[in-house]
Order: sequence, then C-alpha cells, then structure tokens
Amino acid sequence: MPKDHGIGASTKRREDLRFLTGVGNYTDDINIHGQAHVYFLRSDVAHATINGIDTGAAETMPGVVRIFTGKDFEGVGGLPCGWQVTDKHGQPMKEPAHPVIAQGKIRHVGEIVAAVVADSLEMARDAAEAIELDLAELPAVVDMKDAVQSGATKVHDDLDDNLCYDWGFVEENKAATDKAFEEAAHVTTLELVNNRLVANPMEPRVAVGDYSKANDESTLYTTSQNPHVIRLLMGAFVLGIPEHKLRVVAPDVGGGFGTKIFHYAEEAFCTFAARQLRRAVKWTSSRSEAFISDAHGRDHVTKIELALDKDNNFTAVRTETYANMGAYLSTFAPSVPTWLHGTLMAGNYKTPLVYVNVKAVFTNTVPVDAYRGAGRPEATFQLERVIDKAARELGVDPIKLRRQNFITTFPYATPVAVEYDTGDYNATMDKMEELMDLSGFEARRKASEAKGKLRGLGVNCFIEACGIAPSNLVGQLGARAGLYESATVRVNATGSISVMTGSHSHGQGHETAFPQVIAEMLGIPEDQIDIVHGDTANTPMGMGTYGSRSIAVGGSAMVRATEKIINKAKKIASHLLEASEGDIELKDGAFTVAGTDKSVAWGDVTLAAYVPHNYPLEDLEPGLEETAFYDPSNFTYPAGAYACEVELDPETGHVRIEKFVSADDFGNVINPMIVEGQVHGGIAQGIGQALLENCSYDENGQLLSASYMDYAMPRADVIPNLDSYIVDHSCQTPCTHNPLGVKGCGEAGAIGSPPTVINAIVDALQSGGHKVDHIDMPATPGRVWQAMQG
Amino acid sequence: MTKVSMTVNGKTVSGEVEGRTLLVNFLRDDLQLTGTHVGCDTSQCGACVVHVNGEAVKACTMFAAEADGAEVATIEGQANNDGSLNVIQQAFQDYHGLQCGFCTPGMVMSAAALLKENPKPSEAEVRDYLEGNICRCTGYHNIVRAIMAASGQDVPAVAAE
Ligand code: FES
Ligand code: FES
Repeated sequence: MPKDHGIGASTKRREDLRFLTGVGNYTDDINIHGQAHVYFLRSDVAHATINGIDTGAAETMPGVVRIFTGKDFEGVGGLPCGWQVTDKHGQPMKEPAHPVIAQGKIRHVGEIVAAVVADSLEMARDAAEAIELDLAELPAVVDMKDAVQSGATKVHDDLDDNLCYDWGFVEENKAATDKAFEEAAHVTTLELVNNRLVANPMEPRVAVGDYSKANDESTLYTTSQNPHVIRLLMGAFVLGIPEHKLRVVAPDVGGGFGTKIFHYAEEAFCTFAARQLRRAVKWTSSRSEAFISDAHGRDHVTKIELALDKDNNFTAVRTETYANMGAYLSTFAPSVPTWLHGTLMAGNYKTPLVYVNVKAVFTNTVPVDAYRGAGRPEATFQLERVIDKAARELGVDPIKLRRQNFITTFPYATPVAVEYDTGDYNATMDKMEELMDLSGFEARRKASEAKGKLRGLGVNCFIEACGIAPSNLVGQLGARAGLYESATVRVNATGSISVMTGSHSHGQGHETAFPQVIAEMLGIPEDQIDIVHGDTANTPMGMGTYGSRSIAVGGSAMVRATEKIINKAKKIASHLLEASEGDIELKDGAFTVAGTDKSVAWGDVTLAAYVPHNYPLEDLEPGLEETAFYDPSNFTYPAGAYACEVELDPETGHVRIEKFVSADDFGNVINPMIVEGQVHGGIAQGIGQALLENCSYDENGQLLSASYMDYAMPRADVIPNLDSYIVDHSCQTPCTHNPLGVKGCGEAGAIGSPPTVINAIVDALQSGGHKVDHIDMPATPGRVWQAMQG
Repeated sequence: MTKVSMTVNGKTVSGEVEGRTLLVNFLRDDLQLTGTHVGCDTSQCGACVVHVNGEAVKACTMFAAEADGAEVATIEGQANNDGSLNVIQQAFQDYHGLQCGFCTPGMVMSAAALLKENPKPSEAEVRDYLEGNICRCTGYHNIVRAIMAASGQDVPAVAAE
C-alpha cells in the first residue's frame, strides 16, 4: 500500500494552491513605494573599445533620474569568481576582472554599457535610445580552438592569451593511461560537441534594490537559488556592505536550473543604485535580455578515447575537452568542466585508468556556468557515446558491453578521486530492460520500416555526484565557500513548527516534502509544520539549492535539528511524567514511558517548554528551538539506466521519440510524485538538448538564437505519449552517509537523456544502412538529413 | 493617456493607459493582478494567457486600450465561488502539473479554453493545443495528464509506487 503521509507518501503540494490561484509572490510582483526602474543599455557588438559615452541628451529626457556608466563603478569591486582551479603545472587559473558595468572595453554582446534609471521603465528605455556610444569595434574570437591559437585576438588585454587554465586529471595517471592505450586490443575514438544551451527558466531574472536610511540597511529582492551566497558575494566582494546590513530575499522563484545560482551584475547594480539614489531601483529582464545576460550552459568540444582489452574490458579512458568560459568567469564556472566533469569520467564502470584534460577558454561570448547537471551531462554524454560506438565497432551488444564493465562492489574508489558508497547498476539495467520491452523491439522496428520509417533504440547508463558537498573536500579543490546546509526548527508553544532552512525552493516542492520528513520523525501531522526559506533575514546561514543538495544536505540539517528537538523534548517529558529520561519514547505524537500506559501529548510538552511552570528549570532552559549545521561526508551517487526508441523519417530527417524509459536509483525517496516530476522535467531538458536547443553564434560574436523565435524550446508535442513513457525509481540503494539515505533526483533526467536519444538516432541511421557514427546535438532534421547524405 | 474600462473577473475596472501599454501590464501593474505572468517578449511562451470575451489571448499581444469594454478573465478569477480550486486547477494539483508555478496561470487558462472548445480532447489534441505554452519545469507529461483528467478521461494515477 502506498503511504498516505510521511516519508514515501505522494503528498500533494501545498505551494500549488497559491500558484494555481495567481497569488504566488514572484520577484517581479514586488513593487516598492516610490521605486525607480532601470533599463540596461547592453552592447550589441561582441568586442569593442569604448572611446566615449555621451549621456548628455539622455539625461535631460523626461523621468530620467540618473544614468550610470563604467566610470561610476571604478571604485566598486568586480563580480567575484567563487572557485579557483589550479592548472596541470600547479599555476592558478587566470582570473580577469569582471566589472559590473563595462570599463573601457566590451567583451560580449549583452554586456552592460550604461544603466538608465528613470521613473518608469518606458522612460528609461526611451532615454537609453538617446545615449551616443563611440565604439571602436574589434575582431571577436568565438571559436575555442581559434581562441587558443597563437596570435588570436585576446579577450583580455592584460592576460597573455585566452587560456584560463589547462587542467590535467589525474595527472599522475597520465603516463599509465597513455601506456594502456598503446597496449589496448581495441581503441574507439570519438570527437563530439556538447552544445551550448540557455537554461531559460520561465521566470526571467528580476532584481529590486532597496535602501533604508533609518538603519543603513540594503535589501535586495532577487530571483536567486541561494540568497545567502548572493549576500556574501555582493556584500563582501562587490559593494563592501557588511553582511548584517544587507538582506537578500528570493521569494517565489520561477525555476532556476542553475542559471539563478550565480551572482549577477544587475543585482549588484540595483543594490548600489538604491543606496546612491536613496530610492528603490527595479530591474526586470526581458526574455531577449535573458538570452544575452543569463549564464549559458555546457559548450564543450571534446575528443574521447576508450581502450579495451581483447575480452572487451575497458582498460582506460582518455579525454581532451575545450570548455568555453565566455568573456568572464561566472560565479562557479571554473568548477564545472573540472571537478564536476572530470570526477565523473569513470561513469558506472570499473575502468582502472582515466585521464581528463580540460582547456578552459575565454571567448567573446556570454559567460558559461552550471546548467542542470553541470559537468555530469558532459561526462555522461562522452562516455556513453564512445561506449556505444565501441560496441558497434566490436559487434557486441551495447547492454552486454556495459554490464560486463559495471562496478559491482561497493564502496568503490574510482580512479578519479571519488568513492561511490552504494549502487546496483545491474538492477537499474534489469529494470530498464523489463520496462522497455526490448524483446518487442524488432517487431516495432519492422512496423516502422513498413511505413517507410527507421526505428532506433538507444540505451545508456549514468552516474552523478549530488548533494554537493563536503566542505573540506571542495575547499581543497578550489571552492571559496563551504557547502554545508543549516536548519532551525522552531517549535511553537502550541506544538506547531516553523522550520527555517537555507535550502531554496524554486519549483522543487520543499514546502511539502520537508514537512513529510519532520512529521515522520515527530509523529505529528504535516500541516502543523511550515517551511520558511529564501530570506536571509529570517533563515539561518545557507548555501542554497543546486546539485540536488536540498534533501541530501538541507534535509539532513533538518533531521539533525529535529533530533536535537526530540532530545530536549524527551527531557521535558521525563520531568512531566516523573520517569527517567532513558525510558521515554516518542511515538505517534506522544511521549510515553516504556512498558507503561503513562503518556504526555506533544502539545503538552511544547506548552511546558514555553510556560515553564512545571519544568526542570534548574537543568534545562525553557523554549524548544534548535539549529543544526550539516556538512556531508561525501557526495551522493544517484545512478540510472535509460532507454528510448526513436522513429526517424528518412525523407525529412525528422526524429520523433516514440518510447522512453528511465530506471533510476535515487536511494530513499521522500515524495515519489515530486521525484517523478523532477525526472520528467530533466528528461524534457535533455530531449531539448538532444533534438532542439542550441546557441548559435556567428563569427562576429552575434548570438543568432537570442529569443524564443530562434531558440527552439521543447514543447508538449516533442515528449513521448503518456502510455510510452515510464520513469521508475523502484531500484533503491540508500545512501550510507546521510541520515535519510537519500541521493537526489533533480538532475538525473538532464544527464541521462541526451546520450539515450543520440544513441537511438545513430542506431536508426545504421539500421537504414547509413554509415553514421555520431551526430552532434541538436539532431535537427537538417543535421540528420545531411548525415544521411554521407 | 487614454481612459479604458473593462470587466475583469466579473468586476468593472478602469484606468488611464498609454497607447503602448499592453493588456498584461495593465493587469499586473495597474490592477495588481500579478497572477498573469510575462515570460517572453516575442509572444511565444504563453505565461500571459487570459481570456478576452471568452477567447484565450496572449495578454502580451494586445494593447490595454484594445480591451476597452471587454470581458477579461484571469487566473485570479478561476477558483470556485467558495474559494476551492476549480476542476482544472484541482487536476493540476492532483497530477502534479506544476513545479515552479510560473507557467501555470497561462497553462490553466489555455486548458480552460481548450476544454470549452473540445470537452474530450485526445492526448494529441492536448499536446497540439499547448503549442503556444512553454513549461520548463514539468516536461509537460503531468500537464497533459492533468488536462486529460480535468476533461473526465481516465488517466493513470500519479506516482504509482
Ligand atoms: S509573455 Fe506573452 S507569450 Fe510570453
Ligand atoms: S512549472 Fe515552472 S515553468 Fe512550468
């Protein structure tokens, strides 16, 4: 029987009530009395020297309050990078200044050149049109391989070249890996591109800066996944505002997918301008602006090689990747192609040797940073594509080849510095095979062929590192922040509970799932528990939500705080029941004395804590409120096996996904309904990457796909039909090092689906006699058709 | 500035708008009906869908002045009279057809228009009708389920364990 409450129940989401009735409170819904609006004048060229900015005419236009340019920010800090990478020679990465408003030079289309603050947005926009820019356009460098050639146009004059770092991992493995390739019975090589994407949460970014002279306090309302980190970065590094004088609020946030983790210029600007003008300043991004100002995702160009022995055992993996940083380093950009990508290159396999080289490159494009999965989708795509190619070259079944090389004993220390605690890759593969009905495939293929279509089957596995991450480990790897999470559990006198958490919900359903955990622990109804998040003023220090860390790290902090609550409540109960503390049990919302019928209700204990008339005051403080900080001892390792079938129209190159199955292992699951929803969303983004989405730059650095007219977002009709689409998470190997045994599910779909789809397309093409080994994403009809022409 | 008046969710409202003021801005900024969202500037996303004289309309494609005298319905007016969720809203909650909730008002308004036009749509018809509504969170699967369920058709239960 499915549970109807507590851990494991598909409790309906309480947040839905406000979202479904239009009373959610998103950042753009916030208006502050007397606020001004800012319109950012953004560069429409990719690379130029700014010879002059004439704001004279614009300043006299109606409603204009003030116009800011780079000059106004000369004394202000630039946007900091939160992660330092050391290259293969032990040198720190190059870290160019990242100004809030361009200083002297423009380095990508979309960079802010001036900011017009006016009484209304329309007035600001009108005035911006009257600003005269005197720009000397420079050649742009867009292609990563061109950018690292000697003599290439430099993105940053003060750097020797455009190479941010050249990273080798694990450098000590290099010689042995090379040797394994020399000795291999078979080597499969594949060159591929991981296409650049825009995260496109449906809510565009918004920032509202406010300032209170009364207490010299700044407030920033912003569409962020981690308000505390924004407070730290903006306060300490950009504006020099002490943290206690800065409040960051991220209310209802309409999706993030990584792109709202980072600290952006617009947030710093609105906070700064509000302080200068003594007036709230609001910015709302348009979608077209989002395309050239939100950090982009992915964008790798890779050569991967797989070495096998004569029995088809994997003996080594070697990769060389160019990773685009764009024009500046976004907050976590350097960590994505390195520690979030290289450490997953072992995948689900016991390959003894792995060597990863990553060259991070500056180009005249929008900065690139983490997007759903961040680094793991790139690793998985390479590995699962090269394995598929190897299977074809060797004439072996791709599932069999994978199974033969699976890691089967745990814990397992990979050659790339991480230790998987638990997993059962054969179990997820079994599940996938069962749900996919593989034995019926040949018949389905014949049916497609009878209609003149090609049918292909693609399978693959993935592993990812979630629940980011042990602070001491990431500190060694270059993180400039800790990655614990904290929670305060405040029990009210009448027994209801407010839980303040540093985890931030932007669609994940925290307000519903977190109470399920606490209700289960305490035995009280979920509706007695409220979750407070997204406001640095009333939540304890936090690190936000990304990398599937909410339940694994944030939830664990909540468990620890609740354990402290239970301990203290038991002491109070033992006093009330006149029994020894060791005999007190908490069950179904009441404290009982073991072996007796003596009991006291939860509410009586909480009341005693706040009305301490009959209370052990000599031993125990009144009140019932506890805070815990939880720092995980390892990442968690969700894994899965995915498969899909595509039908390809050889006349047009159009691909349709006919069937899709994912079999995931997320460890324990708190709310299966929410977990399934997360996987659906991830798979849709992965299908988007595989079939539709792409950032296309021309050689001048113009983004050609800069609106929904040119950037193809997945819509309802590209997703397989209800009856041919199964997401399953019944294979559960609980995580061994967090108290909930959870692993995290948010990124799985986006990691597992792109290679599934491309493997299926290649299979379809091969079945039609087309000698196509690989097709780069997005596999648009044009690309597929071209591939068929040879 | 032009004076406009219209009926929004059954109430007569009026205001002064510039010629360029879009209906969606009038609803959000002047009437504080912030349930209708703006997700794009090219009329592709559908976050702003409302009903004007009973038809689903992208409120970012219409000037406020054009809606002078019209009957407008927004997400704020969709719940039943007793405040409970209507059939479509309830199905979205029951089938987990929303995550961040940003596309949701537009999705619900589109779904309402579809079901008025076609009370028992096929799955393909639902997907086809949602062509103008983008959701980045749910992957559409549960939205389609919710709309099918709201039309009274059988849909497998959510998250069968
Ligand atoms: S805001 Fe109207 S369609 Fe996007
Ligand atoms: S629920 Fe977030 S965009 Fe649809």
